[in-house]
Amino acid sequence: MAAWLAGAISPLRRNPQLVTGLVIILILVIMGPVGMLLVDPKGAKVGTAIPDLPPSAEYPLGTDTHGRNLLPVMLLGTPQTIKIGLLSGAIGLGVGIILGFVAGYVGGVVDNIIKGAADVLLTVPGLLLLVVIAITVKGTVTVNMMAVVVSILAWMWPTRTIRSQVLTLREREFVRMAKLGGMKGPEIIVQELVPNLLPYLASSFVGAVASGILASIGLEALGLGPQNEPTLGMTIFWALRYTAVLRGLWWWWGPPIVIIVLTFMGLFLISAGLDQIANPRLRRLT
Amino acid sequence: MRGFILRRLGVFFLVVWLASTVNFALPRLAPVNPIRQRLLQAVSQGGAAKTDMEAVVAYYEAKFGLDQPLWKQYLNYMWDMARLDFGVSIANFPARAIEIILRGLPWTLAFLTVAVLISFALGTLLGALIAWPRAPRFLQFLVAPLLTLSAIPYYLLGLVLVFLFAFTWRIFPLGGGYDLSEMPELSLSFVASAVRHSVLPALSIILSALGSWALGMRGMMVTTLGEDYIALAEAKGLKGSEVFLRYALRNALLPQITSLALSMGTVAAGSVVVEVVFGYPGVGTILYQAIQNFDYFVIYGVVMMIILSISAVTFLIDVLYPLLDPRISYERK
Repeated sequence: MAAWLAGAISPLRRNPQLVTGLVIILILVIMGPVGMLLVDPKGAKVGTAIPDLPPSAEYPLGTDTHGRNLLPVMLLGTPQTIKIGLLSGAIGLGVGIILGFVAGYVGGVVDNIIKGAADVLLTVPGLLLLVVIAITVKGTVTVNMMAVVVSILAWMWPTRTIRSQVLTLREREFVRMAKLGGMKGPEIIVQELVPNLLPYLASSFVGAVASGILASIGLEALGLGPQNEPTLGMTIFWALRYTAVLRGLWWWWGPPIVIIVLTFMGLFLISAGLDQIANPRLRRLT
Repeated sequence: MRGFILRRLGVFFLVVWLASTVNFALPRLAPVNPIRQRLLQAVSQGGAAKTDMEAVVAYYEAKFGLDQPLWKQYLNYMWDMARLDFGVSIANFPARAIEIILRGLPWTLAFLTVAVLISFALGTLLGALIAWPRAPRFLQFLVAPLLTLSAIPYYLLGLVLVFLFAFTWRIFPLGGGYDLSEMPELSLSFVASAVRHSVLPALSIILSALGSWALGMRGMMVTTLGEDYIALAEAKGLKGSEVFLRYALRNALLPQITSLALSMGTVAAGSVVVEVVFGYPGVGTILYQAIQNFDYFVIYGVVMMIILSISAVTFLIDVLYPLLDPRISYERK
């Protein structure tokens, strides 16, 4: 057991980027539930505090114009925003895996269509397509709906990465051996290809999570987010709406920005760490 | 070459056609057509524009009403799109959506072009220098701050910049596109005022895009510097600057241009929100106001215009690419 643990930890020790990134994200995720034990979550509701107060002992992050206590808003909002990212990343990766494997393994016309669709969608300003979708399905938006809307444009990078990896792996000796050994297509994919692709899959997932969070915050800042739930993007939206910057209410928009930047840095470090596992030649560069 | 341009043109029209089809299909797939609902609501609100709105509803019903077969609605819609006729603005009747959009488009295009070009040129040069062994050592220390900046979405960086440079230190204006005392005309003072108002929005895009350009270029440059032809150029005794510019930089630059074409969409989408933060008079602010008013025709119009512009730009970059890299030919084998 101890030997196994050491074996699992030693690659982490050689990969400080991955560890730092994971620690940052973990802290952000745990912060909410742990903080809720110390702070009353009801304070995140409108009109529970005196509006526009700067940070003080009673309200450590101050209050906004709606009379929300901003500390519980941040504690509740951070996991929500990360949840949108994780959900849309999972959907994006799932679709990407299916399309990428099909494109890379079947090839031909199917490959051309899938690759073409991904390339074309990558150049389109995705956020604007999401605006059109979000404004059309208006009504009460929930956090889960946000994740689904955002995931519509989260599959292209995973598809491209996985497709190109499958294309190179397909021609390798061990795949040919498996074919000669009588394995069928799906079996080869699950038993031979997927294990070799794990670092790429993980890195695509992280990329999809980051782009999901980015898109969701953009939509929310434009006013297309869940109006009744506290997320980081909605906090930015309300702060913009009530011109918090011009009124000097820095405690309103400052903390969400810090948390968002930490989130993106954490995700970036994780993906850089995963890239080093997937592609050892990169270690030379850093 | 001509075959390539034609194929690439085909892709351009495909994107525009797909985007307009999505715009057509979405409201009709919704359980209640939100456009019709919004129009009827505008009529029931009454007021001075009531009879006008009724005319709009009658027009909309005649063209897209339930009595029209779907294919006819679709053809009507496509014909309108082909002429850039997006309908009328519901919130600012009787202005047409395209008039409102065209008021903002020059602002956005000018601002975005300058910001993208500056960030691309600066970032690429910086990245090349960071990888160049004979460059000053202090450049190495820029990597960490650049990475941090590139982790911030444009518009959030914009918020911080307004707070620091406009609210706290009062160096630049708080927002808007020009001083209200200026008349929008081609005079020196108006242009100066417009430039002064664009500095902070542009800076928020430049600062946060700089990092990704620099890091991408650094990676390419490291690979290029390992090539044999660099060693040969050095061995021939060429000047350092010549090796840097003509041998290393030029070859490492090419993948950067591909990523420039790929990133145009993301940059445009991010700049929409930057405009909202600054109240900049471009299409982003128009889109934001239209969203608050559920002004559907303006929203669809803005999205179409931006997709159209970005597709045109990526088309141009792709077509000009072979001029930069003579090794590439687009002839089909």
